[in-house]
Amino acid sequence: MTISAVSDTTLREAPPPRRPRLLEDERWLAFVLLVPTIVLLGMFIAYPFIRGILLSVTSSRVGVPGEFVGLANFYKIFSDGIFRTSVYNTFVYTGVTTVFKLALGLWLAMLLNRNFRGKAFTRAFILLPFIIPTVLSTFAWKWMFDPTFSVLNWLLYHFGLITGRVNWLGDPDLAMISIIVVNIWRGVPFFAISLLAGLQTISPELNEAAAIDGAKPWQRFWHVTWPLLLPVTMVVVLFSVIQTFSDFQIVYVMTSGGPANATHLFATYAYQIGIGTGLLSEGAAIALAMFPILFLVVIIQLLYIRRVEVR
Amino acid sequence: MTTVTRRNVLKGGTALVGGMAGILAAGRAPAFAQGTTVHWLRWTDFVPASDQLLRNVIAKEVEKALGIKLNIETINANDIQARVTSAIQSGSGPDVVCVLNNWGQLYGESVIDVSDIAEELGNGQGGFYETSRAVANDGKKWIAVPWCIVGLQIAYRKSWFAEIGYTDGKFPQTWEEYREAGKKLKAKGRPIGQTLGHTFGDAPAFTYPYLWSWGGKEVEADGKTVVLNSPATLESVKFMVAFWKDAHDEGGLAWDDSNNNRAFLSGTCSATLNGASIYIEALRKPDTYKTEAGGQLKDDILHAALPKGPGGQFSYHVPFSNLLMGYSKNHDAAKKFLGWIHSKDVYDKWFVSQKGFSVGPTTDWEKHKLWGDDAIMLPYKQAARTGRFAGYQGPSTRKAAEVVTKYIIIDMYAKAVQGMPAEDAVKWAEAELTKVYV
Repeated sequence: MTISAVSDTTLREAPPPRRPRLLEDERWLAFVLLVPTIVLLGMFIAYPFIRGILLSVTSSRVGVPGEFVGLANFYKIFSDGIFRTSVYNTFVYTGVTTVFKLALGLWLAMLLNRNFRGKAFTRAFILLPFIIPTVLSTFAWKWMFDPTFSVLNWLLYHFGLITGRVNWLGDPDLAMISIIVVNIWRGVPFFAISLLAGLQTISPELNEAAAIDGAKPWQRFWHVTWPLLLPVTMVVVLFSVIQTFSDFQIVYVMTSGGPANATHLFATYAYQIGIGTGLLSEGAAIALAMFPILFLVVIIQLLYIRRVEVR
Repeated sequence: MTTVTRRNVLKGGTALVGGMAGILAAGRAPAFAQGTTVHWLRWTDFVPASDQLLRNVIAKEVEKALGIKLNIETINANDIQARVTSAIQSGSGPDVVCVLNNWGQLYGESVIDVSDIAEELGNGQGGFYETSRAVANDGKKWIAVPWCIVGLQIAYRKSWFAEIGYTDGKFPQTWEEYREAGKKLKAKGRPIGQTLGHTFGDAPAFTYPYLWSWGGKEVEADGKTVVLNSPATLESVKFMVAFWKDAHDEGGLAWDDSNNNRAFLSGTCSATLNGASIYIEALRKPDTYKTEAGGQLKDDILHAALPKGPGGQFSYHVPFSNLLMGYSKNHDAAKKFLGWIHSKDVYDKWFVSQKGFSVGPTTDWEKHKLWGDDAIMLPYKQAARTGRFAGYQGPSTRKAAEVVTKYIIIDMYAKAVQGMPAEDAVKWAEAELTKVYV
């Protein structure tokens, strides 16, 4: 009797079996936490990208939806001389600027990694080109390269280095060099500060040990610092390549793609055709032509970074 | 105090999502500030007094007269097309856009038929110039209301041309003479200043009439058959290469519409094709702009038409016209505003503020007493009567506008000047035109 009474009481008072809450399941929690990111990426990256693809296969122009034309826009741009010039320019622009930005940025980072008076101030000062809005600083550069009132020409003339005016933005090669110079000027601080951060993660003891073993400065850099800095360097180069490849502001402000389309990059030419002239589908095709190349560059670099990290 | 509860947050989130869904479904951004506000997008005028007049006087008057609040936005003329494209695609933006050249033809499907206003204006004010009609009418209807035409003439230094034999204000009459004069002036460090860059006004206004004056043209009268690659065009390109080297400031390849103003006003070029803005600026600040002898620059400026070529003498003046955008919710108010601002009394104020920089869209404005004020401005008075327009010998259609906005004719000359063989430059331009006119 007693036993059955106890067991009745126990059965009555036992809490109902607890249903597991959805967010206690890690998979659901992870999904929920990812939702805001997915929504944002979907709205601002995936949607415009898909719209771009859809536009590029139509005959759409401003205010007119157009019809499906398959790959006709791509055939058209690949037979377009200005597009080919833009492709060539984009590679030259990205390649040359990245090499210079890396070399100068690394050099600057090594200098800034030393102890000297005013180190904090210098580090902050170095960032100025990167902090100033690009359009603003590029306008200043445009003035410096002005065909008639160039301050650079004035200086070169007064130092006796030139006798006539240098046509910085009116000559196709010099115009290309001018925009490359501005891009390097603007990009070096990003490399310098990022690589400086990388350098500061390298224990000084490693270099000291190498020095004790008789390694010279160059050997210490090449065999100790550089291998340890390589993963950071690759990430910085990756970001820089992506940004430079799709650069717009510097070229648009300095030359608008001129003289006679000699300095167009993918982005500026896509803008001129798509937004300026209103040929939206052709503009989308030009912009999308950038994608496979960038995608390949990113894949190669990411694979390389992984290999370096595994090593 | 408002308590933030989970329920409230959820409600807000739902509303936000619902709102976004509504925007996406409608395919346009929400329109704010509707009702009687008319948003007018224009270029930043080269005559600043006119922008001040619009903001400080006209905007107040229109509010008083029609109850319309006028929101005037001014931007660089070279950026207007980008604004129009993004406004049309997003379905929101200015109610009225003042475009240049024949750009309006690119947006024919996205604007409101304004034939009623345009016809009334043309009939009531002496009839439109051919240029006004060419850029604002698509052959069936008026897609824009012509606003004005900025006349372009060569501004030149009277004393410097006198030094090389053009005394008493004379100016070279043919391209050969102009080249010879420019050669002498360049030798003295006073070259001709001319843009061959990607810019809206001076570049097409120089290259198109130059091409026509050699007998070259883009297409046949059918508006389809591309005939740019002709002996006349080739001759014009060859001449330009030598002309540029002999007589021009070679930095002009990178100039926009303002560089030549600065160069002329600072005394680094002797002549340049331009609206009257150089002279008007010199008039405005007589003590700022001086000649090398210390005199006022305004007294040393004269204006002349572009020289003649073997094919004749032509000009290209930059027309402005107002598009009433299809997406606008203020069609009635915008139409009322356009009709009102073109009424003689109101337009007269703006016209006077321009001091002759612009002529009206119709011929009546040639009779204005303003033209009696300053003899130096007289060459601009009837300038718009001589205008042909881009797309010649065909109509100035969307395709002609596409050629203008791609700068193909300008680049043909610029490429040759940069060293491309003249034959190749013409072939390149012909191929580009063929792609447009296909």
